[in-house]
Amino acid sequence: MHLRDSESDAIFRSEVREWLGGAVASLPTPPSPDDWPGRRAYDAQWQRMLFDAGYAGINWPAEHGGRGATPTEHLIFLEESAGAKAPDVGVGFVGQMHAGPTIIAEGTDAQKSHHLRGILTGEHVWCQGFSEPGSGSDLASLRTRAFRDGDDYVVSGQKIWTSHAMAADYCEMLVRTDPDEPKHKGISWLIMPMDLPGIDVRPLVTVHGSTEFAELFLDEVRVPAANLVGVENDGWRVANVTLSFERGTGFVGELLDTTNVFQELIQRSKTTSRNGKSLWDDDSIRREVGIIGADLDALWAFTKRNVSQGARGGMVMGSGSGFKVAFATTQHRLGDLALRVLDRASLSMDNLDGEPTGELVHSKLHAFAISLGGGTTQIQQNIIAERVLGLPRER
Amino acid sequence: MDLQPTDDQAALVEMITAFAADRFAIETVRSFGAPSGFDKLRWKELAALGTFGIAVPEEQGGVGLNFIDAVLVHEALGASLVPGPLVAATLAAGVIDGVIEGTVIPCLINVGDHGPIVVENFRGSDVVLVVDDHGVGVARSTDVSGTDIGHPTDPTTPITIIEELPKTDRVGDAELARHWRQRGSLLASAQLSGNSAGSTALAVAYAKEREQFGRPIGSFQGLKHLLADSWIRTEMARSSVWAAGVTIDEPEVGSIDRAVAGARLTSARAATENAKTCVQVHGGMGFTWEVDAHLFLKRAWVLETQFGSIDDAADLVADLYATR
Repeated sequence: MHLRDSESDAIFRSEVREWLGGAVASLPTPPSPDDWPGRRAYDAQWQRMLFDAGYAGINWPAEHGGRGATPTEHLIFLEESAGAKAPDVGVGFVGQMHAGPTIIAEGTDAQKSHHLRGILTGEHVWCQGFSEPGSGSDLASLRTRAFRDGDDYVVSGQKIWTSHAMAADYCEMLVRTDPDEPKHKGISWLIMPMDLPGIDVRPLVTVHGSTEFAELFLDEVRVPAANLVGVENDGWRVANVTLSFERGTGFVGELLDTTNVFQELIQRSKTTSRNGKSLWDDDSIRREVGIIGADLDALWAFTKRNVSQGARGGMVMGSGSGFKVAFATTQHRLGDLALRVLDRASLSMDNLDGEPTGELVHSKLHAFAISLGGGTTQIQQNIIAERVLGLPRER
Repeated sequence: MDLQPTDDQAALVEMITAFAADRFAIETVRSFGAPSGFDKLRWKELAALGTFGIAVPEEQGGVGLNFIDAVLVHEALGASLVPGPLVAATLAAGVIDGVIEGTVIPCLINVGDHGPIVVENFRGSDVVLVVDDHGVGVARSTDVSGTDIGHPTDPTTPITIIEELPKTDRVGDAELARHWRQRGSLLASAQLSGNSAGSTALAVAYAKEREQFGRPIGSFQGLKHLLADSWIRTEMARSSVWAAGVTIDEPEVGSIDRAVAGARLTSARAATENAKTCVQVHGGMGFTWEVDAHLFLKRAWVLETQFGSIDDAADLVADLYATR
């Protein structure tokens, strides 16, 4: 077992670091969070720079235009990107992390040649239409209907939590193609162009006031049947190809952000005085910092174990679910500490006195994104209990 | 980077686990706590596997593997509640003659641990090792007097209270003492990590077999979520314990002190919380002496106070984060 870089990994790290240094310095000022055209343009510019430098689709197979990097190189790239304060994947998230890998695994040659390059260059933005108002944890109960009519599927229904729908060109959609089959068996996976008639996108504002989510209202949208990925009524299996990406190394960026927030909080507690002494001299605050610090280090080690197992092919059983629950717990704990340190400064979501106080409040609220998104903590606990520990199903 | 055990390491863990199941079955573990219950024959069998000398260079009579291998071995020992001065013997291997072979049995006092001078496994030991800021000393156990406690909290770990620190012969300097404290803490944490996995396995087995309301209690979400959380705590503990073990072998990758202290926090939490869950899942039976659940909890309490408290560990992690 090792933690040090191998010789080739060390070379890769220094190459990446050198390139990032120059590339990040050449970027313009980032747009404001609600400026969707601006965000799309900014993210596309960065993605194009990655593409031209050969870093786009870093973990995608080379035959599909990716770099074909090892899981370890992928982790190194993410670590170095955070160190260089490079932009994160942004609006490219669904395309690069979900839709692209699914098309690689299940798509036709025509679908691959039409879609993969656009995702890699940043030209095409994707959103995800899986969840519905009535189908959250029980995703397979989804009811958005797709009837076959000639060369089209006619799609009607409603989708929710559709990240980046305002900026998207395509939507990866789960639809019900056979309502008479058991719920897992009548689902299909469709590529829906977002400029088709009958799609109504309504923004859904989150608890921290951000606007990346939307609801989709679909009224007899005619999606070409050629956009079916995989076999009709086999979409649940196709979707689980996607979900396994979501529960893999997808949280490295979030973990890096959390580590930065934690460092901010340490600085804040050192410079905050209460009852005539620094908050840092308060044992209860400092020990909570120690426990959270230990948890963050453990989450890093957990990530490295998963990456190591990935490099051998496969995952540690249940590790995606386990990591996500532990990470959510740590995020909430960090957020609780942030509110204690900020005290009444936490009543403002705007930064105060030029300090990132509002960002700390924001990070507390963002913890819910980890404990709810991609399968709630309780769903992950069920998965671990049944699939890893072998406990009997409830029904 | 590779933070998963190799095939050889997995085989090593499997070998120790199989040996523990055969030679340190729970009845044997329980009998170690009785007066004159220390079974020196079994201790030598354990030593003969290379358990204590695993990370000692071959030219000094050891197996010549890395410290992470000792960590993995202690994790497996902890999962099976193997009793005796495992940490003291692993530290003393290669320093005190006869420890590697199991013919000399050590116990250990870390000066600075909080509370009275409580020595685990003094009864049955041949030598007492004393670690302080200045170095490591050794005394013959027959030259040290103490009061054996009739009812140690962990019935499988006999303890003795010593009023005064014994006079010792110096066997190592401050540098060795510092190493022993880091390594000793981590080996105890590795046992805590293993302990957390052991109590979880016991609880899961019971939840599958015990029926109430006409079905196995493990089918209820209330218990599923408790047990899933136990599993997660073990994976977190294991992750930081392994990372700390590799950091000792490859000090250029990070702070050993931070990694070791962090491993103590995650592993102590995993062991104590998982053992509590194990008692709770057993219901009323968990409150009895005959069910093994309490043995995991009580051993966890022994281990989490060794080489400093969890508050000391939290202080250290916080300070090292703040000054980096």
